[in-house]
Amino acid sequence: MQCCIINWGLTDEGKFYCKSCHNVIERTTEVLTSDVVPNTKIQSISKGLRKRKKIDKGWEWYVCEGFQCILKKQAEALQALGVSPQMKDEILCNFWRCYLQKSKQAYCSMPVTDNALISDIGTDVDSEPERISLHGFSSFSESDGDLQTESSFGRVSSIGKASATETTSVCSGSVDGGSYLLKRKKGDLKMSMPMTLSLCYLALLWLREPVTLSDLLRFVLDGHIPYLNAFQCFPEEMKLYGVDLKIFRVESWPVYEDVHKKMYELAAFLDLPCFPAITNSCFLHPNILCIKYLMEANLPDELHNWTCRVVKKINVGETDFLTLDPVNKSTRKVKYDVLAAALIIVVLKLLFLLDDQYEWLHASFARKRNQKNKEECPWFDFKKWYTIIKKSLDVEQKKLDEERARCLWKCEKPLFYSAKEKYIVLKRRQTVVNLQRQFGSLSGSMQVSEKQKPSSFQLNWAEENTDGICFHGHILEGILQEKDNSLTTTNTKYWLCTVKLCNEKICGHLTHYKESDFPQSYQFVLNLFSFLLRVPASLIHEEVCLIEHKLFKTKLRRR
Amino acid sequence: MDSFVEQLTRGAEEEFTEESAWDGSAVRIESSSLPAIHLPVLPRYLQHTTTGGRKATGFQETKTACFNYIHEALLENQWQRAAEFMTAYLETLESTSAEHRMAAPEVVWRIGAEILCHHSKSSIEEFNYFAERIKNVGVKNYLKVCLEHVFHLLCNGLIDDAYRNLSLAEGWRYGEQTAAHDKEMKLIQAYKGLLDYYNWSEKRKAMLELDDDDLAQFVEQEMHSFFRQAAVNFKEIIKIPGVWDPFVKCYVELLEFYEDYDEVRQVLSEYAYNSKFPSNPNAHVYLYQFLKRQGESKKTRIAVLKILHELVPSHELMLEYNAMLQKSKKRKKHRLGLQVIFTVLDFAGWKEHVKAWSCLAKQIKQILENSSKHLYWIMEEWNSRKDWWPAFHFSHHLAKINWQENESLACEKAFVAGILLGKDCKYFRYVSHQGHKAKKGRFQTMKKFVKKHSSSHNPSVSI
Repeated sequence: MQCCIINWGLTDEGKFYCKSCHNVIERTTEVLTSDVVPNTKIQSISKGLRKRKKIDKGWEWYVCEGFQCILKKQAEALQALGVSPQMKDEILCNFWRCYLQKSKQAYCSMPVTDNALISDIGTDVDSEPERISLHGFSSFSESDGDLQTESSFGRVSSIGKASATETTSVCSGSVDGGSYLLKRKKGDLKMSMPMTLSLCYLALLWLREPVTLSDLLRFVLDGHIPYLNAFQCFPEEMKLYGVDLKIFRVESWPVYEDVHKKMYELAAFLDLPCFPAITNSCFLHPNILCIKYLMEANLPDELHNWTCRVVKKINVGETDFLTLDPVNKSTRKVKYDVLAAALIIVVLKLLFLLDDQYEWLHASFARKRNQKNKEECPWFDFKKWYTIIKKSLDVEQKKLDEERARCLWKCEKPLFYSAKEKYIVLKRRQTVVNLQRQFGSLSGSMQVSEKQKPSSFQLNWAEENTDGICFHGHILEGILQEKDNSLTTTNTKYWLCTVKLCNEKICGHLTHYKESDFPQSYQFVLNLFSFLLRVPASLIHEEVCLIEHKLFKTKLRRR
Repeated sequence: MDSFVEQLTRGAEEEFTEESAWDGSAVRIESSSLPAIHLPVLPRYLQHTTTGGRKATGFQETKTACFNYIHEALLENQWQRAAEFMTAYLETLESTSAEHRMAAPEVVWRIGAEILCHHSKSSIEEFNYFAERIKNVGVKNYLKVCLEHVFHLLCNGLIDDAYRNLSLAEGWRYGEQTAAHDKEMKLIQAYKGLLDYYNWSEKRKAMLELDDDDLAQFVEQEMHSFFRQAAVNFKEIIKIPGVWDPFVKCYVELLEFYEDYDEVRQVLSEYAYNSKFPSNPNAHVYLYQFLKRQGESKKTRIAVLKILHELVPSHELMLEYNAMLQKSKKRKKHRLGLQVIFTVLDFAGWKEHVKAWSCLAKQIKQILENSSKHLYWIMEEWNSRKDWWPAFHFSHHLAKINWQENESLACEKAFVAGILLGKDCKYFRYVSHQGHKAKKGRFQTMKKFVKKHSSSHNPSVSI
């Protein structure tokens, strides 16, 4: 029996089911084919444009189609990196369809009609697309091609509200590019380039893939996942110009916090049910993730016991805490990777105090002991660890900084706002390419080599050929003591990063990190994980503060 | 005043009630006897600082970082490394921000020129290729890059290429932009004039060596055409206030060859005396040299050198000036001459100039011999110098050195020292002693003269 209500959801296995009659849909056909279907479904929704504009317009396409192309390519890249094909074929696909439906761009009975825009274009049938009389566009001179600045787009919002008598038209390759940028109504969620990553990550999270958000963003930064010039994947006929640039052109790298926040907005917008549970055996569980980071940071395996203990104490290992549940708005937005890193830092603080004194005293003690007993298992020597890590970190950081500086942002497919500009943009591109070739031949033999295959681990310590020493097997002696049948630290002190947390609503963050307020050892450890995760140190610091506040909750309350 | 304070307190109270979480730092001191002091409370929006202005995009940040790396590499002469980063930096030419895009060509040009100048694998062809590409990026940079490109070519001895480039640049027109780049155009024309002058002088040399009359005449015609072109351009540039020494010199040479002396006179006078032009000692030198060549009267020449003396008292022409002043009949000029020679010897570059010292010695001798009524001239000049000249010129150490290196210098200086400082001064004593040992005859006469005159006018001599 089929009911006629369209109210579907996703089962645990990722299949569709109707929420009203609870029928699980067995047969599903793949609508998205490998080549973009030229608007068979969508064309019926809006009126087509009657006149072909002067720029070779190619197909009529909507912004969401562009994002669809990009998402597909991103998913394929992830698949190439080892993610299960289920992510692309089922999860991401369904999320995307859900998004289209929720944002009323497709799969719905009452699609959005850009009446204001269409009527404008309708009256502009005879107008030249080049004669764009927007204020920002008027300062065009062939000589130096005053290309559009971002400020001109402040005026875009006035376009949609323009009366039909105004002869302004927004130039864009896509049909709805102009209206896409209009100030959004409440409850609306516009797809953007960073948000594509949020969507990808939601899909990865649904499948509980062993990829953290910081890993994902690192792959993006290293160019393994299309992002920077993702629009290159559009087919030839999908012309991109004008206002489309504002949507698809990327001028900055995605920021962790931004993508993370958008993830939750998206999950709520899509009305997703509770995600699959993050259990003890899941990669994203702090206990497991801590192992990974301990290995990368070249810290003793024994520290893992301690991270587990802290996890248990502050209840961050609970399934309810870790699992993403868009329905329950009060759950904290968990950053799995940052949480794991912060846990390790807290444990280091517990054991070594990290006040620029205690850890060094212990280190000299451990060193003496290690020198005397060379056969036994070495004690963990903080100073030795620091020296080795710092050396590697400096080298890697320098490499990373230079890589970033050498990054090429522009691609072969040049972007321009209008036909008038096209010539100048192409000419400049040609000049730049020629000069790049010239200087490239003058560069050393260290050319841009093929991108190394990305790996989950950035620093590898256990290999034989590295001259770094592996601390994984070192033991935590000298800082532990037996007490009442359990191990506890000899260090009885602890310093809190902050006594009082800020109000998130006022300044956006719970804590503010000022380096000079903290000991050097703490800064070092923070910077180490900041490098590994590619996030600002302040983010990890915030997480550390939160953990501490949970850990010492009772003591703090007594004050 | 009161109402203002009242307003503030009211505002403060309102704020306190709204937000209890904030630990306000405003202090309220109230006591019955004293009036209440209400310190102002920060308005709400000042409590939390935020960064203002537009945030730089990731693109701009990476390009700034790239630029810093290039800068470092250039300073450390790591040309290869600079070239590597340059590949990425070139993208600033395509920046989306209009202001960055406008500024980019010049920066890229400077960096690129620097790298290509010094890189071992680079050649002038590479440089030419680069210059051609950058010239045509945008329009505002065309002339500037052209000119600098020409300089590079000239430095590499490629005069013909430079000439060709200048001719091309001269013909550049671009609507409204042409007027905006007037100054650069004038410079280009001036340098073209300079190269025309060079060609002219080449033709002149060639013509003198040729035997064949017909060919010589042909070459002469070419020479004249170069002259005309050069003259036009020089005339234009010299009109603009500025320092145009090389152009002026060449122009003067051309005009003198064609015997247009009036024009020369006018040009040089303008160059030297027009107050709009920056003060330039060379202008006066050129004028003087021209007048000398023309055989002008001493009076006019002295007038020119007077100004030069004010500008550059240590100029090498000062000796000539002094000579001319001495030859004149007027007493004032003699006195001025004395001033001139004293001033010249104030400068370290003249310390060991024999002629200068001998001039001074001669003049002093003349004054002393002629009834000493102009003695006060010497006294006045010496007054301002007596504190430091002894150490500067007449130390014992210098006496030894001077005697070793140049006996005539020592002799002249000793004379002056003897007169000005008295016969007991170190310098005089040492040199005359040495002279006596070497049995040089003239020292006897000098000693006598000094002895005769030094006691009379140096009662308060200090060594």
